[in-house]
Amino acid sequence: MATHRKPKLAVWKFASCDGCQLTLLDCEDELLAVAGAIDIANFPEASRAVIKGPYDVSLVEGSITTAHDAERIHQIRRDSKILVTIGACATGGGIQALRNFTDVKSYIPVVYAKPDYIKTLNKSTPIADHVAVDFELRGCPISKKQLIEAIVALLAGRKPQLPHYSVCMECKRRDTTCLAVAEGVPCLGPVTQAGCGAICPSYHRGCFGCFGPKELSNTESLSHWWQSNGMDNREIVRRFRSFNAYADAFRKESEAHE
Amino acid sequence: MSETKTASIASKDKIIKVDYLARVEGEGSLYVKVKGGKVKNVQFKIFEPPRFFEAFLRGRLYKEAPDITARICGICPIAYQMSSSQAMENAFGVKVSPGIRDLRRLIYCGEWIESHVLHVYMLHGPDFLGYESAIHMAKDHGDLVQKALRMKKLGNEIMEVVGGRAIHPINVGVGGFYRAPSKSELQALVDELQWCREAAIETVRLVAGFNFPEFDMDYEYVALSHPDEYAITEGRLISNRGLNIDVSEYEQFFEESHETHSHALHSAIKGRGAYFVGPLARFNLNFNQLHDEEKKLAEEVKCVPPINNPFKGIVVRSLETLYAVNESLRLIESYEPPEPSMIAITPKAGRGQGCTEAPRGICWHRYTLDDKGLIQDAKIVPPTSQNQKQIEKDLHQYVSQYIHLPKDQLTWQCEQAVRNYDPCISCATHFLKLEIDREE
Ligand code: SF4
Ligand code: SF4
Repeated sequence: MATHRKPKLAVWKFASCDGCQLTLLDCEDELLAVAGAIDIANFPEASRAVIKGPYDVSLVEGSITTAHDAERIHQIRRDSKILVTIGACATGGGIQALRNFTDVKSYIPVVYAKPDYIKTLNKSTPIADHVAVDFELRGCPISKKQLIEAIVALLAGRKPQLPHYSVCMECKRRDTTCLAVAEGVPCLGPVTQAGCGAICPSYHRGCFGCFGPKELSNTESLSHWWQSNGMDNREIVRRFRSFNAYADAFRKESEAHE
Repeated sequence: MSETKTASIASKDKIIKVDYLARVEGEGSLYVKVKGGKVKNVQFKIFEPPRFFEAFLRGRLYKEAPDITARICGICPIAYQMSSSQAMENAFGVKVSPGIRDLRRLIYCGEWIESHVLHVYMLHGPDFLGYESAIHMAKDHGDLVQKALRMKKLGNEIMEVVGGRAIHPINVGVGGFYRAPSKSELQALVDELQWCREAAIETVRLVAGFNFPEFDMDYEYVALSHPDEYAITEGRLISNRGLNIDVSEYEQFFEESHETHSHALHSAIKGRGAYFVGPLARFNLNFNQLHDEEKKLAEEVKCVPPINNPFKGIVVRSLETLYAVNESLRLIESYEPPEPSMIAITPKAGRGQGCTEAPRGICWHRYTLDDKGLIQDAKIVPPTSQNQKQIEKDLHQYVSQYIHLPKDQLTWQCEQAVRNYDPCISCATHFLKLEIDREE
């Protein structure tokens, strides 16, 4: 029996909206091909079936927000040859990391009548703060194209080819007029990592940074420009504090304006 | 395991723990306690870690609410975007134009198609056909799964064209859309919609032939209702037991409680308790407003109100998919890009409510704003928390009625009884752990 064993893929969820793992089911054209080439060993969103580890590739969605989850991720790391984090929650702490700028205890009574029942960590942290991560896919949500490229590349044993330049480059490629220059619309494109295909500017909307900071992003210069156009500090803080609020470059820039 | 064997274990042992899944992590579980042959306690537990949206929305600008609240659920972002946008408009006293309203209805139809097809074929259908997942099902029913994927893709495409992206669309805002799609962008969807219309009809016929467990309950259904249309984006809140209120009165009639065993709040009608939201509620309350085609098909497959068997939700979802396809065709046909695509807004201090029909039921929002449009206070009631009490009641009844079944079958059917409600996948019903404590 010299048949090749199919690689095993597992999908794991932490604090998140499920949007990133749904992206896998949204790859309608590729899903059955992917499912034919691998064993989907653990994917509760899609299947009741559970196959035991170890897994060749684990996709991890969501951020760590409970003590239990902080332990669970270590077991997943031990069970996975390649661990890929998917989305802003897993790579940057997600929207729920807004708690990191305050004391989460002040949040609990706002939402829950019986705060004592709620067990949560004070911070929402990315997976890489807890275990070694082999590869990161950015975005809130991730892009289908990038997900397919990552799965295909990792299964073939090569490094996925993903851009590290800014959303601006994608705008140029699409021939979208620069909203910031032409109309003075505040846009995070210059400091945000490419990957979405510059969707927002093509819908006449400034980028709001859902792919997180690109490498070496000059956030300071962008804030400076906004300030000279009359934006106040409170707004600058809000703009850097959304889905990637706790990603280093955005976090630092928002803190500088507090 | 045979029935007799189950029964003998039940009589010998005080407690049986049934651990069906290799892993017990996950966000949802189910606990059933049986004593002396009677169901004593049922807990549908949601372990989803709290994410505190209502807390961190405080201090954010009104405009940000549709983008932020979308992230509550990747499966039905439009519901959150629409309910929050309308709540803000309500607070500022703004009314959108009919063109914007139509475009909202269209993108919502996209979400209904996407979510219903996902549910019918990928989440719920495999239960009836006896598969672990749609992917397992594809081996024997390749064409069916291909067709389902194509239908789902169309729903996503509507959301992409109107909203810029299928998961967490970027084009939806308070007051309308950042940019209205052109006529030709929408026209490009028509051929595929026509194909999908046929596929949706076949789907209804297929799922109507499934085997449904005998199970009828006496429910209070709650849904939006509108004088002119099958309500999706607006209406009054009505029920089959006489409720008829404006969405702004919600809190006078509904209350939430916080149970120890779940991170999701339980919602109830004051003085009456559990209620049922979602497709079955809409269908039973607003059936007459479906198009003739859906009504005729419903009669053909013998699925007409009152439907009180929640397992038939899958047929109703399929009929609603056909409705959403026909409605999309109608809206595209008469479409003129609204000008402006977004109504200008001047913030003022106030309070506003919004409520729309998410694929799985009403999604209610309320915000209090200051004069700069900064959020002072937010309250969001998603569909799953509204159905939670009812889900537990169903399980109680179901297990009582089918206690004689072998435990693996009972477990699978209990999971299915939960899936009838299509709780947001964040509730992880595919990760159910069933524990049955049987005590004599
Ligand atoms: S990154 Fe965004 S889309 Fe992905 S799981 Fe987190 S909130 Fe959802
Ligand atoms: S343009 Fe910016 S905010 Fe818009 S989708 Fe792309 S990365 Fe996200």
